[in-house]
Amino acid sequence: MSTLESFKSLSRAMFLGFRRDRGALFFTVLFPLMFLVIFGGVFGHQSTSKVKVLEIGNVPILDQAMAHGSGELGKTMKLSKASDKHGALHKVTKGDADAAVEQVGNQLVVHYSAADQVKSGTVQGLMNSIVQGANQAATGKPPAYHVAAQQVEDDSLKAIQFFTPSLLGWALASAGVFGASQTLVTWRTKGILRRLQLSPAPIPTVFAARVAVSLAVALVQFALFVAVAQLPFFGLKLGHYWWMAIPMVLSGVLAFLAIGMVIGAWAKTQETAQAVTQLVVLPMAFLGGSFFPLDASPTWMRTIAYVFPLRYLNTGMLNVMGRGLGPMSALPQMGILLGFAVVGGLVAMRLFRWDSA
Amino acid sequence: MAETIGVNGLRKRYGDVNAVDGVTFSVDEGEFFGILGPNGAGKTTTLEIVEGLRQADEGTVSVLGLPPWPRNPRLLPRIGVQLQASSFFERLTAREQLQTFGSLYGVPAKKADAMLEAVGLADKADVRVEKLSGGQAQRLSIACALVHDPELVFLDEPTAALDPQARRNLWDVLRTINTEGRTIVLTTHYMDEAESLCDRVAIMDAGRILKLGPPAVLVRGLDAPARISIASGVLDAADARQLPGADEADDDGVSLTISTRDPSAVVAAMAAKDALDGVQIRGATLEDVFLELTGREYRA
Repeated sequence: MSTLESFKSLSRAMFLGFRRDRGALFFTVLFPLMFLVIFGGVFGHQSTSKVKVLEIGNVPILDQAMAHGSGELGKTMKLSKASDKHGALHKVTKGDADAAVEQVGNQLVVHYSAADQVKSGTVQGLMNSIVQGANQAATGKPPAYHVAAQQVEDDSLKAIQFFTPSLLGWALASAGVFGASQTLVTWRTKGILRRLQLSPAPIPTVFAARVAVSLAVALVQFALFVAVAQLPFFGLKLGHYWWMAIPMVLSGVLAFLAIGMVIGAWAKTQETAQAVTQLVVLPMAFLGGSFFPLDASPTWMRTIAYVFPLRYLNTGMLNVMGRGLGPMSALPQMGILLGFAVVGGLVAMRLFRWDSA
Repeated sequence: MAETIGVNGLRKRYGDVNAVDGVTFSVDEGEFFGILGPNGAGKTTTLEIVEGLRQADEGTVSVLGLPPWPRNPRLLPRIGVQLQASSFFERLTAREQLQTFGSLYGVPAKKADAMLEAVGLADKADVRVEKLSGGQAQRLSIACALVHDPELVFLDEPTAALDPQARRNLWDVLRTINTEGRTIVLTTHYMDEAESLCDRVAIMDAGRILKLGPPAVLVRGLDAPARISIASGVLDAADARQLPGADEADDDGVSLTISTRDPSAVVAAMAAKDALDGVQIRGATLEDVFLELTGREYRA
């Protein structure tokens, strides 16, 4: 009897079982994709909103600055005309505009509201620099000092660069942990494990088939995520060594399957397995940095995050996919993930039972 | 006839419960062997030890000349097992189910359709297992146990929770399997099932075999009275007791029932009195043997 034939046939059976499970399809594929669409849509086009400035009557000094500043000023300030001073001040009071400016002779008068100190500060700073510029130009000499501003990230490190790998990590974690724990408990409670025990097929073949199906599903998740995130609307730009994310994903799935196996081997009923899986996956997703970057979180939180394999998967994928680091950068994370898989697998084998009795 | 199963002095304890407490029996090649007993009698545990799912604490088991424990991959292809629960892979059709189980034994996929035909499920080949009725699921489960053409088949309460039609339909399937030369071991708590199917039955309770033999021999050995009943009011109970051969007579307002060990004499006397309207004569059944052995009190 060919072990390979058993393996192929079992894999096919389990894959069909997964494909026909609408609930699992939704939660492992569509649901995380929905999050990508929402997060990508909300944060993807995020820019600090411009300060809104009303121009009362004619303010030549402002118009000149807007015209000469090669559009730089337009990125931070939205200028609109107001014919009537009273109406303009009213708008500033209500918060519909951040400031109203008028020119009285050589004086630039800035009306602002103290309600939003950040915006009013920005407006005052802007106006100051415009007046300084105009003063300097009036001397007829070239300026003595220049500012040269350079951004540290390349232009492409937008929110989508972060959310694609991290939401994918969450999707892989929930698919892996749920898949393994549910399969193991279902097989045990329905007596399939015993039935398999009574067949001459080698037990490792049966488990290998289940793992193979999970790995295949993970690759489909990966492909879908990357394809959707690369749509122009989201604009993901993959790093040069993005393909390094594939072995990363596979190592991560092995780690998640191992955790699922531990839960599945320990839990007596499907309900218990489901609850415990949630208890593991959700905190792991938050602390692993799937829903928001951990850079701004407290140190203790970042430290705890390192007990979860998702933390390593997210970091590794972000490095090669989002940040464009080299292929070697993923190796430490991959090693740790495989370590999780081995340890989890050993614990699951200790806890394993053939039947619920 | 060759011995297919030999069980000697089998014991299995769970905590302080003796689930199996010294069981000895043998099953011959081609035999249809039944294990009867109330819930918790130790039937399933005995079966699981013989199948090789559990290790016995004491005693020896040989199946087709081989020890079933530890898991023996040379023995497994020769036995087929149908478990109590419907152990199917989720969301597969009947055909896919059989193909998958078949693949575990290296059986080609095309065998599935022949098996479906054999258990009368050919028209359900593309129906998912979740949509099958109880009887259909049981037949599929038996087909899964037979897909690799085993010499010895274990069936654990195959007709539990089936309606009367489905049970009789399944009996036909089981008889066919047996006449093909396969040895069958069946557990059940339906006496009529054991009586109608089995060559020999072992009646178990509290982990022991109380009686073992062909159903008819067990019933005859019971020496239980036959019960003759007619409609109430035709014959007075006191008169009935005086009939030749009658041991006891009792009128419950619906029927008059006469217990006797000489039913022909009683029937002749009743015929003479022209009191045979709606007569029913019932002999002892395996159920009487069973109740005699295991007691009548209800055990929750």
